Amino acid sequence: MHSIKEAVLTGIHFIDGDVACAEGAIAAGCRFSAGYPITPSTEVVERLAVRFPMVGGMFVQMEDELASSIAIIGAAWGGVKAMTVSSGPGISLMQEHIGLAVITETPTVWINVQRCGPSTGLPTLPAQGDMMQAQWGSHGDYPTLALCPNSPQEAFDLTIRAFNLAERYRTPVLVLLDEAVGHMLEKVVIPDADDIEVDARRFTDKPPSEYKPYECSEGSMVPDLAPVGQGYYFHVTGLTHDERGYPIMTADTQVDMMHRLMNKIDLEDVTDVRESEVDDCEVLVVSYGITSRVAERAILDARRQGLRVGHLRLVTVWPFPEQIVRDRATQDSVQRVVVPEMNLGQMVREVERTVAGARPVRLVGHPGGAVHDPNVILEAILEETS
Amino acid sequence: MSPRKTQALQAVPVNSPMEDWLRMDRMPHIWCPGCGIGTAVNAFVRAVEKTGIPREKIAVVSGIGCTGRVAGYLKLDSFHTTHGRAIPFAIGLKLANPELHVVVFSGDGDLIAIGGNHFIHAARRNVNITVICVNNFTYGMTGGQVAPTSPKFSMATTTPYGSLEAPFNLAHLADSSGASYVARYTTYHVRPLANTIKQALSKNGFSFVEVLSPCPTLFGRRNRLGDGLDIMRIFKEKSIRRDGLSTDAATVDLKNGPIIVGRFKDQPREAFLDVYNDAMTKALGKDRFRPYGPVTMRNPKGDGDGDGGR
Ligand SMILES: Cc1ncc(C[n+]2csc(CCOP(=O)(O)OP(=O)(O)O)c2C)c(N)n1
Ligand code: SF4
Ligand SMILES: [Mg+2]
Repeated sequence: MHSIKEAVLTGIHFIDGDVACAEGAIAAGCRFSAGYPITPSTEVVERLAVRFPMVGGMFVQMEDELASSIAIIGAAWGGVKAMTVSSGPGISLMQEHIGLAVITETPTVWINVQRCGPSTGLPTLPAQGDMMQAQWGSHGDYPTLALCPNSPQEAFDLTIRAFNLAERYRTPVLVLLDEAVGHMLEKVVIPDADDIEVDARRFTDKPPSEYKPYECSEGSMVPDLAPVGQGYYFHVTGLTHDERGYPIMTADTQVDMMHRLMNKIDLEDVTDVRESEVDDCEVLVVSYGITSRVAERAILDARRQGLRVGHLRLVTVWPFPEQIVRDRATQDSVQRVVVPEMNLGQMVREVERTVAGARPVRLVGHPGGAVHDPNVILEAILEETS
Repeated sequence: MSPRKTQALQAVPVNSPMEDWLRMDRMPHIWCPGCGIGTAVNAFVRAVEKTGIPREKIAVVSGIGCTGRVAGYLKLDSFHTTHGRAIPFAIGLKLANPELHVVVFSGDGDLIAIGGNHFIHAARRNVNITVICVNNFTYGMTGGQVAPTSPKFSMATTTPYGSLEAPFNLAHLADSSGASYVARYTTYHVRPLANTIKQALSKNGFSFVEVLSPCPTLFGRRNRLGDGLDIMRIFKEKSIRRDGLSTDAATVDLKNGPIIVGRFKDQPREAFLDVYNDAMTKALGKDRFRPYGPVTMRNPKGDGDGDGGR
């Protein structure tokens, strides 16, 4: 299925990451958004507020992020593709409803334009401090799908991908921008609607008498949705539930439900890692988001000095692409792994866990507020660890 | 048959047994003997039957609490959400699918304490939904803690020496926040309550029905009000019906009376979606504005139209 012509602004644009993200959502078929203003994400919803009425969509500014984050879940059950948008403190407030979207298996997209924390922090400056929150912010175990664009173009592309993955796996999908990407003006190419692949909502073929909301068909781990208002009389709850969607307060039900939730995402399908000159590299840099662009500069400098440096850029950050990181980091040529990130050590823990001591892993952290000085990353790349 | 079940079945019209409306495979329910929530559900079902709204077009949304379990027992499209957030969920559902009649059925703590902000803003925004609040003056589900509806000096587990705060007058709160329709009854008033819910369901805009209800197990026992029947007797003896009374005068005094009930406000004003479509047509013109219409504009299968909705 493709996007629709009247809604897509096909052409070459010079826009920032926030606006590109809003256009990506529209191209992906999003027609409802609820949000609450917060820097540096506000431009996303401001754009939606202008554009939605022209494409049959609606943006509502709610009274807070708790309301916004559950209004989109309600809208998704109403049959519409929906997303919410926030930053820092607002994302913290939304955590309970990320859990609700997970357990009720509600396709929704959550845009986080990261700023510096903790608390109100540095509202107008970039950070990548919400990486672990993205995986662990809501209580309980759950799989997280999170994508990390490093340019306005990718903010457009990955927002579309986020909607597609949300539909495919019936799960919340997070897009983790940061202030730098959100406010960076660059060329963004918006393709013809016909060239934009869009996953449609998947509704059951079964009649109401045979339908169970959380029963999967053969070979699938993702149940089909029923349309609301059509006599299916389905029940949706945030309590632990069985295939009928009925709350069942037993450990066995919890085991069954969690087993499916934790395994329903096809890792190969969702993983997106970009490799550059990783064959035979001596130093492997693992990065994501805006920091990958800063690291790119340091990597080029190091290569100019004769060092073989490979770059793994994580576009899908959650689920963490363990297999690829392990395989690359432990290939014979690699002597050490360098992980620059705009926080004081978050995804580096995943790299360390994955590499499991087979190679030294060096964090190049930054508390946020500005991107790294590429020379700091360069030094870390050049520095031999004993 | 347990006393609670007897109560659940009593007030239902014979032509359509209550069983038709309940998920009987989920019985027995969790509510205590003498609890008023089942009575409120009966009144609701009776009201829905009278409206003639096609059953599949009614969706019920609950938050968390004893009352929050209502959604799970009704054989309708039903949503059991998070504590306090039933209203914003309902708003999303309604705006995505304006054909639906969306009803929020939840408790006083859920809607007015943790969800109080959403309550006043929903009334102000005037999205076309109906909110039924079972006010039992306490937090039932968690064991009888104080609520923003608990009478001053009443006993609760977290106010072991008596509540010190003045309770909200929910009708007045809804009214002054902008609700189009505001009413209050008790679980003693089964028939007028059903008629009122029926009326609320037919109103355009935010309609609010408060149902005073016994929680004999916690609030009743701790405040020496007796069992469910005793509390019903209080409702019967102390209630005065005052339709059209200004909501600030529509007070509730369980101890000394009166408990003022009735339909206090019925002042329809343009609901959110109507305002939206009108205003956008004016701002953008017919050519550029794509009206935010009923769900029939979209293909429920989601294929073909490409935009997965509109
Ligand atoms: C965020 C959150 N805080 C607290 C709770 C615990 N909790 C569950 S129900 C409830 C109170 C319910 O009171 P009310 O809405 O009056 O419902 P009732 O049980 O009286 O019908 C509380 C505090 C929760 N589930 N979620
Ligand atoms: S605890 Fe109170 S509100 Fe809850 S079911 Fe029992 S009587 Fe009803
Ligand atoms: Mg209560």
